Amino acid sequence: MALATFKGGIHPPDKKELSKAKAISPAKPPKRVVIPLAQHIGAPCTLSVSIGQEVKMGEIIGTPEGFVSAPVHASVSGKVIAIGDFPLPTGRMAPSVVIENDGKEEWTSLKDSPGYMKLSPDELKGKVKDAGIVGMGGAAFPAHVKLSPPKEKPVDVVVLNGAECEPYLTADYRLMLERPSDVVEGLRVLMKIVNVSKGVIGIESNKPDAIEAMQRAVAGDSSLKVCALEVKYPQGAEKMLIKAAVNRDVPARGLPMDVGVVVQNIGTALAVYEAARYGKPLIERVVTVTGEGIREPRNLLVKIGSLVSDLIGECGGFSSEAAKVISGGPMMGFALYSLDVPVTKGTSGILVLPEEGVVHAEDFGPCIRCGRCIDICPMGLMPSMLSVLSERGMYEEAKGYNLFDCFECGSCTYVCPSKRPIVQLVRLAKSMTKP
Amino acid sequence: METASKEHQLIVSVSPHVKSEETTSRIMWSVTASLLPAAVMGAYFFGPRAVITLALCIITAALSEYAYQRALNRKVSVSDGSAILTGLLLGMNLPASVPFYIPIIGSFVAVVITKQLFGGLGYNVFNPALIGRAFLLISFPKLMTIWTKPEAAFLKMDAVTTATPLGILKEEGVAKLMEVFGDKINLYTQLFVGHRAGSIGETSAIALLVGAAFLLYRGYISWHIPVSFLGTSAVIAWIFGGKGALFAGDPIVHLISGGMLLGAFFMATDYVTCPSVKKGQLLFGAGCGFLTMLIRLKGGYPEGVMFAILIMNCFAPLIDRGFRTKVFGARKEARK
Ligand code: SF4
Ligand code: SF4
Repeated sequence: MALATFKGGIHPPDKKELSKAKAISPAKPPKRVVIPLAQHIGAPCTLSVSIGQEVKMGEIIGTPEGFVSAPVHASVSGKVIAIGDFPLPTGRMAPSVVIENDGKEEWTSLKDSPGYMKLSPDELKGKVKDAGIVGMGGAAFPAHVKLSPPKEKPVDVVVLNGAECEPYLTADYRLMLERPSDVVEGLRVLMKIVNVSKGVIGIESNKPDAIEAMQRAVAGDSSLKVCALEVKYPQGAEKMLIKAAVNRDVPARGLPMDVGVVVQNIGTALAVYEAARYGKPLIERVVTVTGEGIREPRNLLVKIGSLVSDLIGECGGFSSEAAKVISGGPMMGFALYSLDVPVTKGTSGILVLPEEGVVHAEDFGPCIRCGRCIDICPMGLMPSMLSVLSERGMYEEAKGYNLFDCFECGSCTYVCPSKRPIVQLVRLAKSMTKP
Repeated sequence: METASKEHQLIVSVSPHVKSEETTSRIMWSVTASLLPAAVMGAYFFGPRAVITLALCIITAALSEYAYQRALNRKVSVSDGSAILTGLLLGMNLPASVPFYIPIIGSFVAVVITKQLFGGLGYNVFNPALIGRAFLLISFPKLMTIWTKPEAAFLKMDAVTTATPLGILKEEGVAKLMEVFGDKINLYTQLFVGHRAGSIGETSAIALLVGAAFLLYRGYISWHIPVSFLGTSAVIAWIFGGKGALFAGDPIVHLISGGMLLGAFFMATDYVTCPSVKKGQLLFGAGCGFLTMLIRLKGGYPEGVMFAILIMNCFAPLIDRGFRTKVFGARKEARK
């Protein structure tokens, strides 16, 4: 059977072998955590603690502002020792709360309610919202917002994103192997919230053991299906995933709910399960610490707010002259200016590349019109035109080539033989004009 | 664009952080390599003059690019192989008998006037090697149409002149062509091997096909332009190529004589001067085929590949605009 997929895309070396065999293990308790109040897309939270205050694990330290927002909780128990602006992995500054860990791991309240599936959809959604759950694949969009489609956009299927198409990353893969039934429970909760009877889990076919584990977990439930996807980047991008898993085309500039779909990530589904069953807020996540520049690649369960420098230390430190540290995957992640930045809810990986792995971006040539970027752009754009128009300052003309449909997946820049910084030029053009 | 933080010396740059190994120079050198079998066959059939002509083209191309870029204080890009490829292609499009100033003039026109004055690699509208050849054909029409008999004798300098198969076909018809080559099988075989009069690098169909197969296999060219170019030519040759009756032409003779294969696989596919959208490439190739056959059958020259490709080069930007790709999700309306 031909594997489900989309048109275009690229095949970068997947490099998952570095960390795929490493079972998830809890990171050492951090001495202190720096928890930003703006970890999600949408309004930042309002501070609700003060310096010197003792907090417990799971206690709210930032309350959401407005609907598109998510609360932030303390990830360790201890004392608030500082409040102020600290850098995010993206380099921007954000108001953050620094907590010194007292090592007691005292929870506010955590209780098992096995009857959670009897709750109403709204009650379950409330739990998701209170737990501060956001999309954990990187974009960090508040989950409860995605779970509230307007009436005129009925949803009929929930798609779980197990593609993990970014090279190197293995966090979702490990979760599917180690906690398949909890992930599937999370999917059931999500389906109940949006009141649908169909769930599809899309997994790239280079993870046969994950596919098997998930298949076993859904066995006997005819409303759930595991869908093997072709290995291709960006298979995990929402629109490409929906095309492959349920064969629907999300309209340009549209949302998954326009075609009746809600997409959530594997890690998010697990967090949803834990929130529904135990009332556990999102205070920790699995982070793949990997790359040729790190001594012992691992999949760590990390408290939100832990510092990248601590994780690198825990994984044996840099192996060679590490040249570049990236938060996220190699295709869409951010290069870090400093290692003293926290893991946030959206941090899927910390990737360390050695000098040889780094492409020096200033040596780029002219567009030779080879058409490679056009052939592989998953959005059907003409990246060559976008880059040339942006280079010449013709930003308005770039809009005629659907500038704002580019989601910066980086595929075009990956294939370009002239090494043109297309994504960077696209961002420049986007910042100089309005959609 | 890259800065390093003092404490850790980290490199910071925009995503993506990994890139493919393909580079412009690797592509150019690969295309150059793919032309070597045909060039070697040319040297074998047309002797030392052919080798000297090819060498002069390549050396002039490289030197004039170097000199131009140095004079303007630009980054010298000779090592990307594109000028050398242009030189080689031009040489392969020349008869072996031309005096030695011809390749020098042609290469200069190709590299400096057609490529560099338009802004360098990526900005030229026309295929540089073909403009070089067109310039020579118009300026030195006689010298450019003296064809020597392929002798397969390396040391013979005073070659015997003759007509190309297409020339014979045009002037005297298919019967004469048969007479010259004996029978049909022999005609096909000789054309296939390249034992015929013609430009240095265009004669050996088999050597060109080997090079083309390599380019297709490595993905350096796609099938769209060659297939539509050759397909259109074959159909027109078959329908209108015969004497007196329709559907009596011999498409095979047309495909493997003249510069058809060299043009369809190695020159019409030049990235810079062909459309970059695949559907547009089909139209581009069909246009090349149509114009080539129009010139061959109705025009004043026996061969039309060069002018056909140059004319279609003008339309490449227009074709790209007309065949703009459709953005994902633009085709279907949202589900109700
Ligand atoms: S970054 Fe944008 S233009 Fe480039 S391939 Fe991805 S969607 Fe297309
Ligand atoms: S891949 Fe690079 S060189 Fe090729 S068309 Fe696109 S931008 Fe131009």
